[in-house]
Amino acid sequence: MRRESGVFDVNYVQDMKIFRTKYHVIGMIALIAFFLSLPFFKNQFWLTFINSTAVTIIALQGLNILSGYCGQISIGHTAFMAVGAYSSTILAAQFGLPLWFCMIIGALCAGLIGILFGLPSLRVKGYYLALTTIAAQFIIIYLIKTPFPEITGGAIALQVPEFTLGGFKFETETHFYYLIITLLIMTTFFSKGVLRSKFGRAFIAIRDNDIAAEAMGINLYKYKLLAFFLGCFYAGFAGALWAAYARVISPDDFTLMNSIWQMGMLIIGGLGSTLGPFFGALFIKLLNEICLVAGPFISSIIPQIGAQISASLVEMSFGVAIILFLAFEPRGIAHRWEILKDSYRLWPFSY
Amino acid sequence: MPQLIVNNITLRFSGLTALSDVSFEVTKNEILAIIGPNGAGKTCLLNCISGFYKPQEGNMSFDGMDLITTPIYERTMKGIARTFQNIELFNGLTALDNIMAARHAHFKTGVIRSGIHFGKARDEEIYHREIVEQIIDFLEIKPVRKKIVGSLPYGMRKRVELGRALAVEPKLLLLDEPMSGMNVEEKEDMARFVIDIFEDKQIPIILIEHDMGVVMDISDRVMVLEFGKKIAEGIPDEIVKNEKVINAYLGQ
Repeated sequence: MRRESGVFDVNYVQDMKIFRTKYHVIGMIALIAFFLSLPFFKNQFWLTFINSTAVTIIALQGLNILSGYCGQISIGHTAFMAVGAYSSTILAAQFGLPLWFCMIIGALCAGLIGILFGLPSLRVKGYYLALTTIAAQFIIIYLIKTPFPEITGGAIALQVPEFTLGGFKFETETHFYYLIITLLIMTTFFSKGVLRSKFGRAFIAIRDNDIAAEAMGINLYKYKLLAFFLGCFYAGFAGALWAAYARVISPDDFTLMNSIWQMGMLIIGGLGSTLGPFFGALFIKLLNEICLVAGPFISSIIPQIGAQISASLVEMSFGVAIILFLAFEPRGIAHRWEILKDSYRLWPFSY
Repeated sequence: MPQLIVNNITLRFSGLTALSDVSFEVTKNEILAIIGPNGAGKTCLLNCISGFYKPQEGNMSFDGMDLITTPIYERTMKGIARTFQNIELFNGLTALDNIMAARHAHFKTGVIRSGIHFGKARDEEIYHREIVEQIIDFLEIKPVRKKIVGSLPYGMRKRVELGRALAVEPKLLLLDEPMSGMNVEEKEDMARFVIDIFEDKQIPIILIEHDMGVVMDISDRVMVLEFGKKIAEGIPDEIVKNEKVINAYLGQ
């Protein structure tokens, strides 16, 4: 990794910094200021887009901890979002508790159920573990749909109570925009903190070489389950946040297809990097929007294709994107970004 | 004084007896070399001590800790550190982080404090970083400490692995062929590191090695295995003259 010219670390605090130069700090402040000022442009489309993308990023951060860092592949991630969304909504609706409090409880529930479905990871890994996590997807969605329709709303939509914080009602897109952006910054900060501490190193150790990890004093069972807890806690929190934002949830929001999309986003963004979830979610969501615009356009030029092209165009371009990324950049956009940063540090003098 | 006592252990893999009735003791600070032909059970013995294999018969203890039932990670926390015959590093981490990961058992902060990464969590990180930097200094791997270990040359990776074992703060160090696949110069470096560790830390070291020159020079005692049985044990000069050892391993 190349460093900025003229920047020298004299102690370990400087060496551990995320933002190393004043330009990094200025750039970051400018970026945050830009996002905070975005609602003043009164563009509903971009606000909605960023809200839904940011919630996805929070969920992806969880998946990143679990699959990217700890190497425990999970293809049931949206099921844990469903656990968070439904448990927080049901608590708030049935017991009249404030929704923000229920969101935290919902996330905890998702984390605990994550530990339950993480138990197979103590015995199996790789593809076999991926299959057991698919089981989570089916069991949880079944439990929501079938046994207690009067509480969970069954297969039909469930209304979510209003989100208030200290007497302030969150009603408009802008209100939620600020809430979600703040939470996104907090979750990013926290996950980065965990992942650069001993926990992050233990997770990567388990991913890269579990035999050596255990020989270095890492309790595999404890840390695998901790990864499941953290990953599913993030998912549950994202789910609960989504419920509060969307005001209505149904089992169709949390399908197996969504779980696979999330895994795909993470692969495209970059497994095991902080920026991976950001790049992945942005890439796929933008691709989605582009396809929705391009679909009708294509079918107007070539009518033989038919009018339903937009829907299938989304899926097709997603498939093509996954193939291209796995073939040409399996480490995702985040890795490309690192290479870009490395080369601009030398530009224009490559010494 | 910690002591390793191995009593009549037998290890079988469904029909194949890998170790039969092996016993030995390490009760003082010494470098014990284990030699023997390929497949004699040297690595199996090390794997039994560090917990990857569980012998069917016999008992072992280290420093009062029973070595049959204790889980692997607890043995490491109590001070048994090892390196592997085929390098088993965490390939996605830098050399520095590999050694930091081995400090794991010495960290005290919980998840939430680590997540906030300020104050105590950061101070702890810096404290351990200083210890790790000393190890890096000692092993002369400063230039590569920020490189991903997967990209390092073989000799460097062997050193990082030794550094990782040192970061555990071992009371007993198990080295499984630390000099295999190295040229003379690298072997000399590695032998120097082993002797320096031994003199500096005052801990017993168990070493598996095929290079008889190294074994003769650095070990205090030699144990010879053949087909899972201990055939000789003694100071290096006795071992080279031992009839059985010459027939089994050294050759005429």
